[in-house]
Amino acid sequence: MDELLGEFITETNEFLETVDTQLVVFEADPTDGDTLNSIFRLVHTIKGTCGFLGLPRLQFVAHAGETLLGKFRDGTLVATPDQVQLVLESIDRIKEILAELEATGAEPEGDDSALIGALELAAEGHPAPSAAPVPVEAAAPAPEPEPAPVAEAAPTTASGLRWDPDLGRELRPGEVSLAELEAAFLSATPDDDIEPVASAAPAPAAANAPIASTGEVTAPAAPAVERRAAPEMRAIKDDDEDAAAKGGAVASNQTIRVNVEVLETLMTMVSELVLTRNQLMQMVRNTTDSEFKGPLQRLSAVTAELQDSVMKTRMQPIGSAWKKLPRIVRDAARDLNKKIDLIMDGEATELDRQVLELIKDPLTHMIRNSCDHGLEAPAARAAAGKSETGSIRLNAYHEGGHIVIEVSDDGAGLSTARIRDKAIKNGLVSEELAWTMSDSQIHRFIFAPGFSTAAAVTSISGRGVGMDVVRTNIELIGGTIDLQSTEGRGTKFFIKIPLTLAIVSALVVGSRQQRFAIPQLSIVELVGAGGASEHKVEILNSARVLRLRDRLLPLVDLSEVLGVPPRDPVIDESHSAFVVVMQHSGQLFGVVVDEVFDTEEIVVKPLSKALADVGTFSGATILGDGSVIMIIDPGAVYRRVGQAEEVVEEAVEAVQKKRGQRPETTSMIVFHAGGEQPKAVPLSLVTRLEELDATTFEQGDGRTLVQYRGELMPIVAADPYAPIATTGVQPVLVFTYNGLAAGMAVDKIVDIVEEALDIEMAADRAGLLGVAVIKGKATEVLDVSHYLSLALTNWDDPGVNKPAKHIVLVERNPFFRNLLSPLLRSAGYEVEAVETVSAALVCAEYRKPAAVLTDIDVDVASARRLLSDDRLAGTSIVALSGSPDADATGFASLVRKSDRDSLIAAIENAAKLEIAA
Amino acid sequence: MNALASRQESELALAKAGTKEFVTVHVADQLFGVEVIAIQDVFSLKGLTPVPGARPEIAGVLNLRGRIVTAIDARCRLGLPGRPQGYAGMMAVGVEYQGEAYGILVDSVGEVLRLSDSDFEPNPVNLNPSWKDVSQGVYRLEGRLLMTLNIDQLLCVATA
Repeated sequence: MDELLGEFITETNEFLETVDTQLVVFEADPTDGDTLNSIFRLVHTIKGTCGFLGLPRLQFVAHAGETLLGKFRDGTLVATPDQVQLVLESIDRIKEILAELEATGAEPEGDDSALIGALELAAEGHPAPSAAPVPVEAAAPAPEPEPAPVAEAAPTTASGLRWDPDLGRELRPGEVSLAELEAAFLSATPDDDIEPVASAAPAPAAANAPIASTGEVTAPAAPAVERRAAPEMRAIKDDDEDAAAKGGAVASNQTIRVNVEVLETLMTMVSELVLTRNQLMQMVRNTTDSEFKGPLQRLSAVTAELQDSVMKTRMQPIGSAWKKLPRIVRDAARDLNKKIDLIMDGEATELDRQVLELIKDPLTHMIRNSCDHGLEAPAARAAAGKSETGSIRLNAYHEGGHIVIEVSDDGAGLSTARIRDKAIKNGLVSEELAWTMSDSQIHRFIFAPGFSTAAAVTSISGRGVGMDVVRTNIELIGGTIDLQSTEGRGTKFFIKIPLTLAIVSALVVGSRQQRFAIPQLSIVELVGAGGASEHKVEILNSARVLRLRDRLLPLVDLSEVLGVPPRDPVIDESHSAFVVVMQHSGQLFGVVVDEVFDTEEIVVKPLSKALADVGTFSGATILGDGSVIMIIDPGAVYRRVGQAEEVVEEAVEAVQKKRGQRPETTSMIVFHAGGEQPKAVPLSLVTRLEELDATTFEQGDGRTLVQYRGELMPIVAADPYAPIATTGVQPVLVFTYNGLAAGMAVDKIVDIVEEALDIEMAADRAGLLGVAVIKGKATEVLDVSHYLSLALTNWDDPGVNKPAKHIVLVERNPFFRNLLSPLLRSAGYEVEAVETVSAALVCAEYRKPAAVLTDIDVDVASARRLLSDDRLAGTSIVALSGSPDADATGFASLVRKSDRDSLIAAIENAAKLEIAA
Repeated sequence: MNALASRQESELALAKAGTKEFVTVHVADQLFGVEVIAIQDVFSLKGLTPVPGARPEIAGVLNLRGRIVTAIDARCRLGLPGRPQGYAGMMAVGVEYQGEAYGILVDSVGEVLRLSDSDFEPNPVNLNPSWKDVSQGVYRLEGRLLMTLNIDQLLCVATA
């Protein structure tokens, strides 16, 4: 293909993408002169170039489109959606012809007269464009431009074509008389950019001034396009682009087009350079004094900068992947008779172009889904009390080496009941288990293969390929997808993807004396299990699970995944191991490894075909010491866990059935203080564990004090009969309330355990909450508030100038009631702790609380009564739960019982709202 | 001068016609020959990373000047028993196959030999079929036989 033609096709494709977007903007606001001007300019440029290259079909279609746009521009016509549709159709036609042109190198045969006729009719102001067939003349060579006097209306000839006295012949389809054009341009707002273009317009391929004028045509428009279209091959960014654009043709020198392959090679070479640099650094590090150190440091700095710059050349704003979306949304809205606004934020967020290419399709699919299923029809929206126009919001931002893309709509949200039914019907989950799952867990089923809740197939979506394909595509590039949905309010998807695929952050772990890399993106946390750790590994029907906070985590040994017999399956008090908590496909699981080394930025190298069938690894990398290590594919581990998962699920189910409910565990710190019986306090109340030098203790005001972190901290003994040490080391539990610290002296800290607590209440002794069985031993659970009141005389009176706000706490479990009340009191609230919702409402009758805290684990239905009761109108109701996934729809917020800080924050917020209201 | 040079060249070409250059390698006790043009480099094995779950003939991956090379164990591929002392101290023949770098692990690398076609014989019919796949035939050397080793064939099965 002709080089010129190739260039033209690339450029025109970029133009067209921009035109699409701009037209949608224009349709929404037909008075937007700037947008119209830029559309006009773009279409005009296309037309001009076509004429120059001798592409008559393209030229005539573009010309007809331009004529209509011209009418909009000079204000003769006000754009209607139908007319904009017509312009969009002509753009589509141009795209079709271009595609053919690209494939074959020649314009395809075809008849555009119907479209041109319709465009022309519209341009003349006929409201309903009819695509009446208009006879076409054989494509004739370009007309000769002649200086001509301005004539009035052009008469129509018998053939249906209009006669132009200036040209002395009939006008061809799509052509406008010179006079009309002249008039149009004269009345148009003068625009410096446009002037040279406009003068070349009437006679494309004009015989007397071809090259010069076309040169002018493209030059001023080009920078404008580059700025908007972010071309496929990234151009070097120029900060002064705007200024340069005004400078005209000079600006075209500020950017160059570079073949993508060149950039790819550059990237590979830089990756090699980084590796070599790392190797050198490692070598020099081992020698004490080397003359290489200085130069190597410089090399290192330069390499880092080079790597940065090369990475930048691969970066593109995400907006370029969004360019097609306004058109898609507009077309979908038209097809579905919905009103949809598309709001895009963070278009300038940059990411690797390779990644960009890969997320284009999933994003498009998700936007279509939102249009089709997410948003309701205008009538349904109005009925639900929402504005008729639904909105879809796209937002992109950087978050620690990743880019997060949010796709949200304010539509109907996911129907938990329907998804649950379908999941059960499709056999994705047992009916029993489904009912114990939280809403968000249920919602995640939409990512399961072949899952689609759409009742009907529409032209937009609902063809069976759904979110599972989106998820697969996103996971393919090491990303994750999650969602939040509230029925009636909308759905929000979160896509988290790495900025680049070439270099990833990975955790290097050891298993069976070999090192492996696990991509950081799939790692949630790293915990120690067994040994002295608080996390216990238990075996359920031969499946190992880790009890991590309030959930059971299926465990798999990395060596099992690798097909090597595991070292020692026992992890107990005497055998500890590391567990890498990973997430894949919405499933959390733990991977047992022998060693954990370091996190490293690694350059991912693909595996050879000989290793393609292994499936456990996603690639290999070379570490700083020159050794090669394999990169674990999180998907492979997930599949391995999946095999074990059923066993675990059964077992978990059995356990839960036995308990009758979800296990509710609390972390307790167990210690000895006077006497044989161990004592315990909830870990959430303890700020720090300290071992203080007893000789620094001072006596004052009848209390033992110690200088701690620049302040005096009182210390009380946990057991009145066990005096505080005066020599040696004294273990102290430090509690902090309102910036005041108090210490509790204990003999020995034994353990931190996480257990479901069954407290036998024994309130006959001050400072004792009760006795519970912890690790098979009867343990005294201490009432921290009692000790605090001993230590800090003013601990529950945190400030005279702050009037105490009234709070009602609804909690059936006496343990939590006793745990939370002092906590809230210490934060400066007046707390009324009651057992039932009815009691809370009675309290509210006497005195309206600033906020209500209610447990929703035991009986969520009655807790919801608080939301609708008049006595609590305007009061924030905060939900309390043992699980972060509980359904707290309608509540002001959801707080975990064990999370002291967020509890206080939530209450503070809620109380503030009350003041504002 | 020019005429002389071209005559020498043509004589050389004549001498080359009917001969092929081979690098000799030992796998276990057998002498093999790999055509020189197929070989990129020869290196001694250092720092091999095993790949769990890979087929037995894949010894692992290694770093050769910043490139990750997949190492194929020739002994295993040819159905010969592995070395008792493992891979330590083995040599590797570096080749390029379908755009990827492979290393064929052999016991030792010998010399470069120019062998005449007249000494070439096709594989004997009673040869083990697994050897027939990777060898075109045998060169009769003085006192010993050299089996040709076809790298493409060797890797073709390995990557299948």
